[in-house]
Amino acid sequence: MNVAPKRDSYDVVVIGAGPAGLAAAATAAEADLSALLLDENAGPGGQVWRAIASTPVTERDRLGADYWAGAELVRAVRTSGAEIIQRATVWSLDRHLEVGVSIGGASSLVKARRVILATGALERPFPIPGWTLPGVMTAGAAQTMLKSSGLVPDGRTVIAGQGPLLWLLAAQILRLGGRIDRILDTTERRNYFAALPHAFAFMTSPYFAKGLAMMREVRAKVPVVSGVSELAAAGDGQLATVTYAVGSRRETIPAELLLLHQGVVPNVNLAMAAGVEHRWDDLQLCWSPVLDHNGSASVEGIGIAGDGAGIGGAGAAIVRGHIAARVAVEALAPAAAAKLAPMATFRASLAQAERGRAFLDTLFRPARQFRIPSGDTVVCRCEEVTAKDIVDAVAIGATGPNQLKAYRRSGMGPCQGRLCGLTVTELMAQARGKTPQEIGYYRLRAPVKPITLAELAAVPKTEADVQAVVRG
Amino acid sequence: MFKRSDQDSRRPVHIVVDGAAVAAREGDTVSAALLASGRDVRRATAVSGAPRLPYCMMGVCFDCLVTIDGVGNRQGCLVPVAEGMQIEIQKGKREIGR
Repeated sequence: MNVAPKRDSYDVVVIGAGPAGLAAAATAAEADLSALLLDENAGPGGQVWRAIASTPVTERDRLGADYWAGAELVRAVRTSGAEIIQRATVWSLDRHLEVGVSIGGASSLVKARRVILATGALERPFPIPGWTLPGVMTAGAAQTMLKSSGLVPDGRTVIAGQGPLLWLLAAQILRLGGRIDRILDTTERRNYFAALPHAFAFMTSPYFAKGLAMMREVRAKVPVVSGVSELAAAGDGQLATVTYAVGSRRETIPAELLLLHQGVVPNVNLAMAAGVEHRWDDLQLCWSPVLDHNGSASVEGIGIAGDGAGIGGAGAAIVRGHIAARVAVEALAPAAAAKLAPMATFRASLAQAERGRAFLDTLFRPARQFRIPSGDTVVCRCEEVTAKDIVDAVAIGATGPNQLKAYRRSGMGPCQGRLCGLTVTELMAQARGKTPQEIGYYRLRAPVKPITLAELAAVPKTEADVQAVVRG
Repeated sequence: MFKRSDQDSRRPVHIVVDGAAVAAREGDTVSAALLASGRDVRRATAVSGAPRLPYCMMGVCFDCLVTIDGVGNRQGCLVPVAEGMQIEIQKGKREIGR
């Protein structure tokens, strides 16, 4: 571990070792392509199978069968011949498929003939008043601590938001003896009617029975408040209370920990920095890369698989990983492609895995007031820019997220827009009466994760690189 | 805020947080160890000095920034603990060279 890539070029470089990346790397390597799998975490699994090779939670029913399903794929990639490097932070990808990666404090540049991005998803920003207070975290954060360190909430804990992950997390916390005082469900009532046309597909998908069982398990132990339409965290330097409203009824409850979740969105930073074209997705309310039916992006040689290609869940991510790898094999070693399952088989599996997704997307479409804040609510956590600051900047001429940087520095902090970008786009779209597509997104550039200047300066350079910048 | 599960039988790892000894477990990230320590591990932001704790725990929010073995602005949620690791909670901006 923590060693630089063995070669300076590979047939396929896969970025991210979640379901899609593991599947892609295994498939590429099994077809005898040289494959490098780079992943930022300490072990493989991505978020859904986080710490699968090291979790202290050994009683298998605590985390559930869907979690342990990842073990097989981890075994497959480890025996596939793919080179796997954990704790490798990819900070650059360009149109020539050169990958800049930081490993153990030193960076290298690696060339690829094909790149498969499997950078997954992140939780949608949940900008409510007080969401920057210590004690307010995402549901995913609590789940990460639970899976990788067996840590569970033990003080007054409130979970707020909506979506499948919220219920799964609640069930896992309770099974491990953790504490949840209340669940505040923000699902809009009208979404239930909007989702009805998709209900049949959902009820015949694997999500249905599992989801119902989990909600029953949680509701038996925790009071659940439905129809929550307002939410605020408050406290002096530390979370003390959560206030919520259901219709005209308002209540304030004490809390030490508030876990927020309103779905996940593609983690687009690396793909955007590589110049991959993205479009605003009106159903999932996020930016998604423009891809052909094989997951190939607008930049030649780049494929995108998994939730980074549009949210589809772990099952779909595995299949998209296989498809993206098959495309790479077809291009680089056509003879080896014959050994792989035919594309038609993968497509059928993908349709199966995506069944029920439209229902979930519609039912758990986050409410406007939880996506587009107002007043003093912080939008950009890094630079501490409020909704009012942004609306005021629009009033004096800021036209889009990139102009806004000059006015307010929003998006210029270390997170590089990951926690404010969607909010900024939608807030500016609302303020200017435009669509999110018209407003656009931050222009992202390498390095997409911060690295030190010393590390950048130490990257090996050719004579041509030096000539390009020397004077006279 | 958080407690360890009874199932956790991982080996202890000793780290030092602002000069005080803290018992972590093998495989903890720095952020998880800090949150499990029960200590006040709030950092102060570079912009306003507002107190923060980790928010996402998966490498995207940068609210877990911490000084590890003398190197500032590390993402504590991505770095596993190691025996003897020196952690400093960041209060405000980093100075040049750290």
